[in-house]
Amino acid sequence: MIGALTVAVTAAALLLAAWCGYATARDQSTKDWHFIGMAAVSVLALAQLVVGIVELTGGHKPDKGTVVFVAYLAGAALAIPAAGFMSLLERTRWGSATVTAGGVILAVLQVRLFDIWGGGHG
Amino acid sequence: MAESQPKEKRRKIGEGPGRLIVSLYAVFTVAAGSRSLYQLIAQFHQAPLAYVLSAVAAVVYAFITVALVRGGESARRLAMVCCAVELAGVLAVGTLTIADTSAFPDQTVWSYYGMGYLFIPLVLPVTGMLWLRKAAPQRVSTAGQPQA
Repeated sequence: MIGALTVAVTAAALLLAAWCGYATARDQSTKDWHFIGMAAVSVLALAQLVVGIVELTGGHKPDKGTVVFVAYLAGAALAIPAAGFMSLLERTRWGSATVTAGGVILAVLQVRLFDIWGGGHG
Repeated sequence: MAESQPKEKRRKIGEGPGRLIVSLYAVFTVAAGSRSLYQLIAQFHQAPLAYVLSAVAAVVYAFITVALVRGGESARRLAMVCCAVELAGVLAVGTLTIADTSAFPDQTVWSYYGMGYLFIPLVLPVTGMLWLRKAAPQRVSTAGQPQA
């Protein structure tokens, strides 16, 4: 379950990064549609946080420790909302660039999460 | 960029491209800070030097983040110094981790020139210093100055 969500969040985060990178290249700020996209990615990340905690209470022990796992889950859930907030403050192409960075960071966090959880079994 | 804003006013160091730089520094403050906090509490005995260094890195990142957000000339200078410290740190630790692996049994943000963090710790101080230099009062671009 969490494995499928990790793949989904990674793909969505990279798509968002590419989309906002395109806006940056065209010298555009983030628009309403971008924020809907950010909301969708954030919902996925929040779902992952919930599912992760549920699986923890179900008795699974992450390879690299529960504390690290929960910290990464929380960081993943916060990444896009924080980037979105910055892009609201910065209504230029650099706001879009910040969301692109947020998407890439979220994707990297997913790779680390997969590793912390224990690779294939999950 | 210059074409779209012909009468570009003096920008604050935390705005425009600076906003992206602030965001990245904030991320690295959290990343290095939480990492070192966890390591110092949970496994200090394993690699004290590496973990203390992570904490130092976190403090440097935090200083730069705050300086960029607050803005102003003295904050700009402080941020400049911190970026230089950061660059020196990542170069020194990066070289040390390659030359003497035994000193660093565990990774820090600056190990192997920040390889585990997509080399951002190496690129960020350079970008930061270029940006801060551009934002210096004497060199502030009014209209017409060529942009890189």
